[in-house]
Amino acid sequence: MISEIGHFALILGLGVALAQTILPIWGAQCGNLALMRIGTSAAQAQFVLILIAFIALTVAYVTSDFSLLNVFQNSHSAKPMLYKISGVWGNHEGSLLLWVLILALFGGAVAVFGRNLPPDLKANVLGVQGSISVAFLLFMIMTSNPFLRLDPAPFEGRGLNPILQDPALSFHPPFLYGGYVGFSIAFSFAVAALITGRIDPAWARWVRPWTLMAWMSLTIGIAMGSWWAYYELGWGGWWFWDPVENASFMPWLSGTALLHSALVMEKRDALKIWTILLAILTFSLSLMGTFLVRSGVLTSVHAFATDPERGLYILGILVIFSGGALALFASRAQVLRQGGIFAPMSREGALVLNNLLITTACAAVFIGTLYPLALEAVTGDKISVGPPFFNATFGPLMVPLLLAVPFGPFLAWKRGDILGVAQRLSVAAVVTALVVIAAYSISGRGPWMAPLGLGLGIWVIFGALSEIAFRVKMFRASWEEVFRRLRSLPRSAFGATFAHLGIGVMVLGVVGTTTWQNEKILEVKPGEIVNFSGYDLRFDGVAPAQGPNYREQIGMLIVTRGGEEITRLQPSKRLYDAPKTATTEAGIYAAWAGDLYVVLGDELKEGAYTIRFYFNPLVRLIWIGTLIMFFGGFLSLSDRRLRVGAPKRARVAQTAAAPAE
Amino acid sequence: MTRKQRRSVLIGMCLTVLGLSVGLVLYSLEDSIVFFYSPSDLVAKNIQPGERIRLGGLIEEGSIKRGESMTVQFSVTDTAKTIQVRYTGVLPDLFSEGQGVVTEGALDSDGFFIAENVLAKHDENYMPPEVAAALKKQGAWKGNEAADKPY
Repeated sequence: MISEIGHFALILGLGVALAQTILPIWGAQCGNLALMRIGTSAAQAQFVLILIAFIALTVAYVTSDFSLLNVFQNSHSAKPMLYKISGVWGNHEGSLLLWVLILALFGGAVAVFGRNLPPDLKANVLGVQGSISVAFLLFMIMTSNPFLRLDPAPFEGRGLNPILQDPALSFHPPFLYGGYVGFSIAFSFAVAALITGRIDPAWARWVRPWTLMAWMSLTIGIAMGSWWAYYELGWGGWWFWDPVENASFMPWLSGTALLHSALVMEKRDALKIWTILLAILTFSLSLMGTFLVRSGVLTSVHAFATDPERGLYILGILVIFSGGALALFASRAQVLRQGGIFAPMSREGALVLNNLLITTACAAVFIGTLYPLALEAVTGDKISVGPPFFNATFGPLMVPLLLAVPFGPFLAWKRGDILGVAQRLSVAAVVTALVVIAAYSISGRGPWMAPLGLGLGIWVIFGALSEIAFRVKMFRASWEEVFRRLRSLPRSAFGATFAHLGIGVMVLGVVGTTTWQNEKILEVKPGEIVNFSGYDLRFDGVAPAQGPNYREQIGMLIVTRGGEEITRLQPSKRLYDAPKTATTEAGIYAAWAGDLYVVLGDELKEGAYTIRFYFNPLVRLIWIGTLIMFFGGFLSLSDRRLRVGAPKRARVAQTAAAPAE
Repeated sequence: MTRKQRRSVLIGMCLTVLGLSVGLVLYSLEDSIVFFYSPSDLVAKNIQPGERIRLGGLIEEGSIKRGESMTVQFSVTDTAKTIQVRYTGVLPDLFSEGQGVVTEGALDSDGFFIAENVLAKHDENYMPPEVAAALKKQGAWKGNEAADKPY
């Protein structure tokens, strides 16, 4: 019964989305205010309907209602409750429903919080948003309906892929989709601006909070995915340049570029055409990510659906939306008046450099990800493009970018004084030089890249700190003055500082773990002591254990350093009951200097096991860095001036021709 | 600076970055592409020892032999041709006879494939698409369509 309500709500949602697409845009064309206002209520109604459908599916999962095909295929009554709930989106149909739910949530949020948008812009935005919903709801109902019934209902379900039964991965998809789908708002705003032919700094001010929200969500989503891959896959790495990872990384890169170019547009009324293009491209990359992951053209854990029909449909959606928006862009872009000129050495110039390097890096990732698909389609040769390609292309592009990051916030708008900025960064430069020299002397004959890479991270961190220190007159004014200035600084200034600081911290982690990682594979007998990276690990054999829905073999290792026990590691091999699958659980000891990471391998003769040891220096900093970036985004978002429903200032009121609602 | 000069500085900067990155991309594509072959392809295309490739197929029943200290020898087959593979290290969880597998490495001079990496995926029904395609070509694909069909 509940499932039927959900199914019905889904179909009704499609009808509402259809109305939301046609009526407001039509109203905006003929200037009919009543028709335009329909968009607002339709967007809210659509959200409520999709929410009902989503709750209905969740109830079916929680109560293990195996009369639903989707529940039968992906759930099991013995699964812990957390994974029953996360199982809702741990499959193709359910994850699409989550996609559409978040889409409707963002649409509804624009309808509610966008009260001061000009009515025609708002109508067009909600209309475009509605059309995306229509496409995905049609796709769901036609090819991937989660509410299909089974008759007779089976007694037990097949279970969720055990590798997905993990807390970090439970929340990975919602955050990732929050990012993918959040960029749809920027896309809708871009298309709406092209339709109305009007674009001004106020546009950028409306778009930026939504883009920032999506960016934050995507940042956390990617970080969770990487964290999961690190401790669950047992390969000792945190990023594999897997096509599926790249699929989420590309929208992140172009979304980051969009955040920066929208800043130029908001403050200086420049880079309009480029910002619009980036908004379209960012969402197109999100759609492409969805296509790559969902169509099964790639070899990956995410390939739930290997049904070519579904892949074709998503490809169709991608072609219609990206192609349509780009065609509109080509025909209307010259209508947008170009504003604000600036010298190459200025804040704008620095942001252009940022955009240039980030989008080029994004293009390099794009080529590496899609080249194998293209080549196979053309010649039939099957190839794989591995990490060496990405390291050789992406890495060199990041070096100038990171070198330039500290300069950006110091440069003045319009015309900057590069020598003055260099002077203000002298402290950061000295600290960086000291760290590089210290790292050289400590690491000795290690890889020469490592100290320089660490220096790059330190440079970004101290560059970001210098900016705040300079603005509050640290060490140049009395402490009261410094505190007064610290309090009166806008939160968005701290936001940028923290985001850049996070990047710097992350660079430290990336450099540390890639250049100094220590790996050893050994055959270990019970009672044997292994000396590894300054730790002594005693292997005490393997003991069986029983979990809620799996059996496991747990290896016991006692870790000592200088005779003192530090911790006990218990890497294990699990065998899940449903579906029958083996997984590896790494044993990890986290310290500031780095992680000791142990994976249990195959059993050999006489109770001996193959054991893989890793020491990953500074690896935690990668995720700590992303958290700092997220926090920076949060600070920026909470800034009064950026708030979504904030009252418009005088300049905005002038440029927005139509009266607010 | 005049408007024109500013614009040319900007365009020059863009072209420099783009030029450099096109160079980087082409240079590294040359070096880091790895071709995928089935055992039949491997024989037919006369792959030279030392060339880095991916080899995929089924692990032949009864072929897994464990040697001294973590060395494993097994045969990868597409039912028409079979290649002997040697690997030293930890095998993935789902490595077993009759399963699909993708290995990365190179042939040695004795015709053994020395694998540096063995990839098997995380689901017992899962077949890497490359392997499925290679098996289909040999007519040996039994597939798991039955398991995927809705009821």
